[in-house]
Amino acid sequence: MAELIIISTLNGVLYGMLLFLMASGLTLIFSMMGVLNFAHASFYMLGAFLGYQISQWAGFVPALILAPMIAGGIGALVERYGLRTVHKNGHVAELLFTFGLAFIIEEVIQMIWGKLSVDYRVPSWLDFSAFTIYATNYPAYKTFMLLFSIVIFIGLIFLLTRTRAGLIIQASLSHPNMVGMLGHNVPRVFMLVFGLGTALAAIAGVIAGAAYVTQSNMAALLGPILFVVVVVGGLGSLWGAFVASLLIGLLQTFAIASDWSLNKFFGDFITPTRGTLLFDVWNVTIAQVGPILPYLLLVLVLIFRPTGLFGTRET
Amino acid sequence: MSDAAKAMPMASETSARARIKRYSVWIVAAALLLVMPYIFPSGASITTMCLMGIMIIFALSYNMLLGQSGMLSFGHAVYYGLAAFATAHMMNWAIKAGVPIPLPFMPIVGAAAGLVFGIIFGSVSTRRAGTVFAMISLGLAELVYSSSLILRSFFGGEEGISADRTKLVRFFGYNFGPQIQVYYLIAAWCLLCIILMYAITRTPLGRMCNAVRENPERVEFVGYNPQFVRFIAFSLAGLFAGVAGSLAAINIELAQASFVGAAQSGAVLLAAYIGGVAFFVGPILGAILVTLLSIKLSDFSEIWVLYFGILFITIIMFAPYGLSGLLMMHAQFWRGPLGSRISRLGKLLGAYLIAALPALIMLAGAILLIEMIHHVAQKGAEGANMHFLRRSYLTVNTHTAWPWIGGLVAMIGGFLAFRFTWPTVASAWHQALLDTQRSSK
Repeated sequence: MAELIIISTLNGVLYGMLLFLMASGLTLIFSMMGVLNFAHASFYMLGAFLGYQISQWAGFVPALILAPMIAGGIGALVERYGLRTVHKNGHVAELLFTFGLAFIIEEVIQMIWGKLSVDYRVPSWLDFSAFTIYATNYPAYKTFMLLFSIVIFIGLIFLLTRTRAGLIIQASLSHPNMVGMLGHNVPRVFMLVFGLGTALAAIAGVIAGAAYVTQSNMAALLGPILFVVVVVGGLGSLWGAFVASLLIGLLQTFAIASDWSLNKFFGDFITPTRGTLLFDVWNVTIAQVGPILPYLLLVLVLIFRPTGLFGTRET
Repeated sequence: MSDAAKAMPMASETSARARIKRYSVWIVAAALLLVMPYIFPSGASITTMCLMGIMIIFALSYNMLLGQSGMLSFGHAVYYGLAAFATAHMMNWAIKAGVPIPLPFMPIVGAAAGLVFGIIFGSVSTRRAGTVFAMISLGLAELVYSSSLILRSFFGGEEGISADRTKLVRFFGYNFGPQIQVYYLIAAWCLLCIILMYAITRTPLGRMCNAVRENPERVEFVGYNPQFVRFIAFSLAGLFAGVAGSLAAINIELAQASFVGAAQSGAVLLAAYIGGVAFFVGPILGAILVTLLSIKLSDFSEIWVLYFGILFITIIMFAPYGLSGLLMMHAQFWRGPLGSRISRLGKLLGAYLIAALPALIMLAGAILLIEMIHHVAQKGAEGANMHFLRRSYLTVNTHTAWPWIGGLVAMIGGFLAFRFTWPTVASAWHQALLDTQRSSK
């Protein structure tokens, strides 16, 4: 039991940190433009596929540096030539633009890499077990992922709160007109933040792609979870996104490891017959319900506390 | 006799004419639906038209939310899909229990199911508008789709719930085995739903929906509750989506988990938006076009969904009111004497044709490049030769440089020439505008 808890906590924190790498960019982009970027998870996927391709050609370290740069560049171009054009047509048009973009990125990836998963492996120099807890070997690559995402997290906080660039970004979020008056090019700040956000998502893609499955449906699987994170944490709140990422990460990892069902507790009192709706409900394990839990949380939060846990404003 | 009294018979005459004009649209629509199978009698086209009819109802019901009430939903397929399952279960129950409900009344079951789920989910999600509403709709859709994989007795797991429509009690001797009979069933329901949904837009409720879309705060000042107006609109949209889902289950005699999925919700959003959400006819045009494209494009390319996405993005960026918006932009030129109307639009059309030629060359170049990249990346094992647009007489050798250079030149050259024609189009547009103003004076 203790082994299960320790391993699940480690995996949950790791998954949560990966979610945060993506959610931080998403929530920053939302704060400045007021638009939820539907294509954010697609940049994560793009990062994974670019990371795979570059690591095939040049190795893992160049992939870790180049793939986020390329994806971030594409993101900046999308903001400059796509979103900025659509902006005058209103929020719905912007939201639909990112929706269409997600669609196109998925199709382009299928066009180049196909529908099946690609063989993106952990680099051989990180392919060993770092330490052993009870009887479980914890892989070094996962430790690396955890440390790397923590480093990025600290770097991001440092950038936003301690540097001049971060100061301008923060000011542009709350008072874009005033920052513009002071002589800064606010549209360019927005473009850079969009690029930065998509690059962060791509970093998550490069390191997660090797550990999990790199396939053209990974954005569609992760995208909705990402929305849950930013909405539950409070749109526009970086700390909220951090807490919600860890919460969702832990929630999902612990749910997967559990085989509890209503039948296990109440099976002695009520035994439904096979083939009825009650039978299905009775025999569902927490592991099976796991994928639903985030959405349940999302709907509940939106109904009862639309600002999210740490948010200060409604959307 | 006063002037007012003299004007009276005139007024009643024009209102009678207006009435004929109003009803003639529906009579023409009904006649068109009746004769379509004679114009396109092949089995494939009748199947396509069945899908179109279902999509028209679905897209119009979606537009009750997005176009009329300003609610962007990412989960409209929930009501469509749940109604499809309700219908399939009802059909199976009617067959098993021997209850004489003929097939044409089954969509009522779907409508009821759509309405009930619309009321349940609408009561929680319409409390808020804007992005929060969109997010709740997405969350609910994911919730229902994920549950569909768990609750096997209702959703039937992987294979879904099938129902044999021919085993129901006969309706005036028709057993609805042949597809053509199903076509007329769908056509009748489609026309009925279009008329009802159009009628709703003309009621005070329909007007209040528009007001809620434009300015909910003012609606509150006038004394209405915007939340309640949204709720009613949402429930009614659920009802009509239910009819569409029910017809879909009847059409393929199967209800599957994919009916409630994100792809289905996305498809209806694309159809409504491509057609244009600002006008009532928009989603009808969009549904017809999207259904046609999704069936026909696959004959030409494996990666047609990509082109479809590019079309969607292009519409969002350059024609936010969709196809119907583009058509309506030209309605302003349809004024004055008939001869001048035709010559005016003819001149404009000439300018469009001049611009269309380089645009087509640009598109051909871009498509050639995309197809070649796809071929090299995905089908390198099949050899260097590619059948462009899946036509064997358009075989291209992807290992030589010429097709690549040709594609690039066509794309870039076409774009530059296309840009060159923009002033011509703009001046033709301006000329038509001036001409209209002059003749209407």
